Amino acid sequence: MQETAAKKPAGLRLDLSFVYRFSRIFVLALLVTFMALVTPNFLTGTNTINILRQASLSAILALGETIVILTAGIDLSIGAVLTMSGIVGATVLKMDGVPLWVGVLAGVGCGALVGLLNGLMVAVVRLPAFIATYGTMWIAQGLAVVFLRGYIIYDFDKRFRFIGTGYFLDIPMPIIIMALVFGVFWFIMHKSTLGRSLYAVGARQETARLSGINIQRTLILAYTFSGLCAGLAGMLFVARLNAAEAGLGDSLLLPVIAGVVLGGTSLFGGEGGISGTVIGVIIMMIIINGMNLLGINSVWQGPVQGAIIIIAVILDQWGRRAAARQQVGG
Amino acid sequence: MTGVPLIAARGIYKAFPGVQALDNVDFDLYPGEAHVLIGENGAGKSTLMKILAGAYHPDAGTIEVQGNEVKIQNPREAHSLGISIIYQEYNLVPFLNVAQNIYLGRAPRRQTPLLGALVDHKKMHADAETLLRSLNTDVDTHATVKFLGVAQQQMCEVAKAVSVNARVIIMDEPTAALTSREIEQLFNLIRLLKSKGIGIVYISHRLNEVHEIGDRVTVLRDGRYIDTKQVSEVTVDDMISMMVGRSIENLYPRNYREPGEMALRVTGLSSQALRLRHVNLNVRCGEIVGLAGLVGAGRTELAKAIFGAAPYDSGAVEIFGQPIEKNNSPAKMVRRGVGLIPEDRKSEGLALILSVAENVVMASLERLFPRSFVSGKKEASVVDGAIKDLAIATPSGKRQVQFLSGGNQQKVVLAKWLATNSRLFIFDEPTRGIDVGAKAEVHSLMDRLVAQGAAVLMISSELPEILGMSDRVYAMHEGRVVAEVPRAEATQERLLAYMMGQENGNTRNN
Repeated sequence: MQETAAKKPAGLRLDLSFVYRFSRIFVLALLVTFMALVTPNFLTGTNTINILRQASLSAILALGETIVILTAGIDLSIGAVLTMSGIVGATVLKMDGVPLWVGVLAGVGCGALVGLLNGLMVAVVRLPAFIATYGTMWIAQGLAVVFLRGYIIYDFDKRFRFIGTGYFLDIPMPIIIMALVFGVFWFIMHKSTLGRSLYAVGARQETARLSGINIQRTLILAYTFSGLCAGLAGMLFVARLNAAEAGLGDSLLLPVIAGVVLGGTSLFGGEGGISGTVIGVIIMMIIINGMNLLGINSVWQGPVQGAIIIIAVILDQWGRRAAARQQVGG
Repeated sequence: MTGVPLIAARGIYKAFPGVQALDNVDFDLYPGEAHVLIGENGAGKSTLMKILAGAYHPDAGTIEVQGNEVKIQNPREAHSLGISIIYQEYNLVPFLNVAQNIYLGRAPRRQTPLLGALVDHKKMHADAETLLRSLNTDVDTHATVKFLGVAQQQMCEVAKAVSVNARVIIMDEPTAALTSREIEQLFNLIRLLKSKGIGIVYISHRLNEVHEIGDRVTVLRDGRYIDTKQVSEVTVDDMISMMVGRSIENLYPRNYREPGEMALRVTGLSSQALRLRHVNLNVRCGEIVGLAGLVGAGRTELAKAIFGAAPYDSGAVEIFGQPIEKNNSPAKMVRRGVGLIPEDRKSEGLALILSVAENVVMASLERLFPRSFVSGKKEASVVDGAIKDLAIATPSGKRQVQFLSGGNQQKVVLAKWLATNSRLFIFDEPTRGIDVGAKAEVHSLMDRLVAQGAAVLMISSELPEILGMSDRVYAMHEGRVVAEVPRAEATQERLLAYMMGQENGNTRNN
């Protein structure tokens, strides 16, 4: 939904908005080339599939997060909600005589419900999104710990595990599910009136309100989508690990927000979109994967990701401003 | 004009991608004169001023300051050359007081040994006091800027400029947000500055101010220099035709007709929070009803209350004969065919970072796409139709609204409400800050709307606009509707008297 490439400027000057728009793809291409040159294992089929499979879980979380950030909010609870939903789903799956789909639905539904609560706090109680979801994060995480008391739920039905470890037409299931989620969200964001409302609310809430858009409904849906994504990712995670424990969603929030930001969605809302997010998450995963392949101690992943968030936002603001400056006329 | 000009810019060129913003423009300013710069939006006024203030660099051309050729690299250099600019959005720190703002970054230090790093507040306030008194103003140096009115904030800006020994003060539409009394005070201040030999560059859209305050006037059009004249030698009509390159026949095109069905009836509306007191008014289909009042009279608040955007305590609102429940929302009013073109288009009328298309369909998503699916084809036909119909100057519907000129932005807001097929429109300052050409277009659109049977309630601070466009006028004063005046009896003097609370008119028809 960004400014499409503007009219070719006079002379040989570079059209900055065009450069800005495709900058993420340049970065991705550069990164792939670099990794392929320094590590022979990088471009192998297995490693590529591996990266994409890892990326798909983060991408599902990031798609939900993108929608929240587009409304000028933020959801800090996704990692904890993933844990909580995974445990709830796992518990239901372990009950005797309960069909598998009920377990999956319980997990996903738990995520959506927590998202709904986040949405109510932000839209109706009008808490700052940061506070509402930060509180939710500790509540969800704490409940998971209290409920499991250090135990791990493991060993699930093979048919359930298929969604995390199986293949369809040689493509890992998580990638397929991620693609489906992407397709649904792409449709919502670009082909539905709800998508328009989400962008409008994020770009300028007061204008959206005075244009007759239902702000509360729009915000509640955004947070519910985010929670639903966390629930779904939680179930996929449990299926893949064949276990559910209280540390499931630890250290997922950081790469997800980094991916959204790298994907060009503005933390101020209204600008960016889910396509950029997928690229952003893949870039993040290549960096993490690359650090592993290069034998860099994993303790460095935190500082690197933190730095990437900051640098990405700085570059994004520069790029946006430079592109905008070129557009301004007398 | 004789002597050495304070500023002489010659042959200035400046291009932005796709637009030649300035094309061989000349401009000069002599000590003690007010040089008015006029032109439609996009004519290049702001670009020229930003070049003089060091915010942009010209592609070609020379600038002389008091006879010496200079290259102004940045705003700080412009300052040291004695050039100060007062933008429409003031550069003040809201939580600091007046004296702190005037001496921001260069406050006097204490003379006592060891305490030299500390600000000498006593001296700073004394200096500020002397300075402000020399400008004939009574602004309190201890007042926090945030709580000052627009006029007083402006005074701080002027005082700041004077305190850095500015020889040239550039004012960008300084009267846009002022009441008529404040404007008079500003003009006195400008006369005072002139008598001190300071040159004033005055950018304005209000042509009737040119004769009152200007010595010379320069007209720009589409980035080109048109002419510079002695103010005494030109009429307002001359200026308009120089600005638009054609003469505008009629700024207020109206065809009056018999009003029809009742579109809006407000009875006894009161609100403590909005400071509205027992407001009665009505608007019929086919008429434009003006709502006049000073800034702070409660006109915008009333519009918001009617539109369901702000709650009220008591009273009744009827739309097309249907009573409206009290805790209402804009969403419900939009569904009932009511549109509000808000006063502040940048923060309430538009989402600047979204495209023209996204803005145009924003209020009619439900109507255009009742099944919640956005049809690109339908959207494009609505948006392209609006761009053509309202002559919105944009390369395409995909352009971000922030890159359009003020007049075109306002047209996007209008397009948004036209797309809703509303039948009652509340216009809040529909032509504020837009150029003459766009103004006439907005006015003829309003006339077209009522010709098609819509009803219009128009808030305006420009009395000529109220008089030129309205079938009837309500005057507001301190939260009350104090008078209803039919077109035939409305004069500037009479309305002003009501607006200032001088007279109590009898409110009829209620």
